[in-house]
Amino acid sequence: MKRQQRESRVHERYLRHNKKFPNIWCAGCGIGIVLGAIIRAVDKLQLNKDDVALLSGIGCTGRMPVYVDFNTLHTTHGRALAFATGLKMVRPEMKVITVMGDGDALAIGGNHFIHAARRNIGLTAIVVNNSTYGMTGGQYSPTTPIGAQAATAPYGHIEQPFPIAELAMVAGAAFVARSTVYHVQELEKYVAQAITKEGFAVVEAVSYCHTTLGRMNRWGTAPDMMRHLKEQSIPLRRAEQMSEEEKHGKIVRGVFADRDIAEYTHLYDQIIAEAERGTA
Amino acid sequence: MSARQNARLMQGDEACAEGAIAAGCRFFAGYPITPATEIAEVLARRLPQVGGKFIQMEDEIASIAAVIGAAVGGAKAMTATSGPGFSLMQENIGFAAMAEIPCVIVDVQRMGPSTGRPTSPSQGDVMQARWGTHGDHPIIALAPSSIRETFDLTVQAFNFSERYRTPVIVLMDEVIGHMRERVELPDPAMIEREQRSSTTVPPEWYKPFENFPSDVPPLMPFGEGYRYHITGLHHDERGYPTGRPDEIQPWLERIVRKIDSSLSDILLYDRDGINDAETLVIAYGATARSARHAVEMARERGRKVGFLKLKTIWPFAQEVVEHAAARLHHVVVPEMNMGQLVLEVERVVGRHKVRRVNRADGEMIQPAQILAGIEEWAK
Repeated sequence: MKRQQRESRVHERYLRHNKKFPNIWCAGCGIGIVLGAIIRAVDKLQLNKDDVALLSGIGCTGRMPVYVDFNTLHTTHGRALAFATGLKMVRPEMKVITVMGDGDALAIGGNHFIHAARRNIGLTAIVVNNSTYGMTGGQYSPTTPIGAQAATAPYGHIEQPFPIAELAMVAGAAFVARSTVYHVQELEKYVAQAITKEGFAVVEAVSYCHTTLGRMNRWGTAPDMMRHLKEQSIPLRRAEQMSEEEKHGKIVRGVFADRDIAEYTHLYDQIIAEAERGTA
Repeated sequence: MSARQNARLMQGDEACAEGAIAAGCRFFAGYPITPATEIAEVLARRLPQVGGKFIQMEDEIASIAAVIGAAVGGAKAMTATSGPGFSLMQENIGFAAMAEIPCVIVDVQRMGPSTGRPTSPSQGDVMQARWGTHGDHPIIALAPSSIRETFDLTVQAFNFSERYRTPVIVLMDEVIGHMRERVELPDPAMIEREQRSSTTVPPEWYKPFENFPSDVPPLMPFGEGYRYHITGLHHDERGYPTGRPDEIQPWLERIVRKIDSSLSDILLYDRDGINDAETLVIAYGATARSARHAVEMARERGRKVGFLKLKTIWPFAQEVVEHAAARLHHVVVPEMNMGQLVLEVERVVGRHKVRRVNRADGEMIQPAQILAGIEEWAK
């Protein structure tokens, strides 16, 4: 009870009082859980709201920033990281967090995703991976599993999905973690770690869309799909001892990368110092 | 420092970069593309010298996005590109118009469509500058015709973008971008720099898209205590998405009005010999150089020819053209395209009065061709 009271007060302090609720998400959606994780992580880190920017692209996840009392920027489809790069460069002291869906971050925004990672600019990228385009009605996305039915794959999906966390890791991100919307506390912990990290930090939050992809594939209700996340996910440490066959279809949770790489805006400050010396 | 000491041999792209620095630009994001690459190269070296920042992004879409992000953070910001990149930027230029974010987009025009001819001049992006993004929105576009004018109009582009909270396009062309001329740059202390308007209302009262009392509500940068929402969706005065016609219509009317009611400030042009003219030549950009030459040749032959050089091409100087052409029967409009800005001239003065002179084969339009157009009418 006491914890519940504290939680409700946390939300009150971070959600916008002058914003018209309810939100646009379907009942049972996982996006609200990711929003809750971000709010609690920011609260735990005791960040000043003025110093936090929350940016998004387009889609269900794109609607997240409007509800939160930060500096919020709802950009164009796929471009949240590119907008965030400009903001971070002129306001390096700010905590710039982007939230994107899987289509937003990896299809239309895939180029920005890998280049932000390569550049290792100090942004937090949270990808809500529900394996589909929910807002437009369940078309196949870069993370839709092979064989699934989708609004644009009526005969079954034939493309392989992107493993988001692994992709971020090889692209050069300083911090990469994956959890699910079932593992609420773990997700909150990873988001807090990502925000604290100097450098590009990615958190993949595996979620689901019961109203589109779930319905088309008879994967059940929201609780059924939540149960799937619980039962089919395994910690990274256990996955490392499993064969490829055993890991098939599993969601591997954990911290995939946490490494110290020089952060971009810090490096650029050195360029400025050098250039200013040259002209002095 | 005397003017003579201040004189330099300078390229158009370099003048654009120096104009940006002089205007207070402290952020540039871009992607290499001929014939605009030199702007990025100069700024990569110059911006950190003045505490500014340069970044080469992964494409032009990212470049304009980063520019808007930097502007939201409070910086004066610019990108530079050419036709193919300008096409890629259109969606986010619309975002800047929708969210009323000041920024400057330089398009050094080359021949199109598609890859076209990268090192050949053209004025083929005139209509794209006006209507390239979807939806109704105002835009300001400036077209320099000399190296000094490139410097001045780049400064002006920043001033307009801040004064009216709007994206501003500098529509150069390959001739102006790559040409070198002797220029005397103005004393930095004498350059007018528009500062972004600020507010003293407490954050909880701040409405970043308020329609009253000003048509240009102040834009507070992120990170300074004014937490609010910016979106490309239609929004209410606080910035929250709205579907209410009674909130959308006043907003759209305001962003159109903020430009339309300030034409006396925004419209830049040079007029010469209009009063006793029998024929009027209207030109802009590199074409204005050939047109000026052609006008002088025609005058030497005893023709009464007036010259109107447009520096602001969007919004179109409708009343200026109308007034200048009122008594005349002949208006000659040379362009390095198949006829774009001439459509506006024809709309205003009537098609029967207008003679089009076009060249779109990759070479610069010559005075003789324009002179022939003038003579044909003068017969």
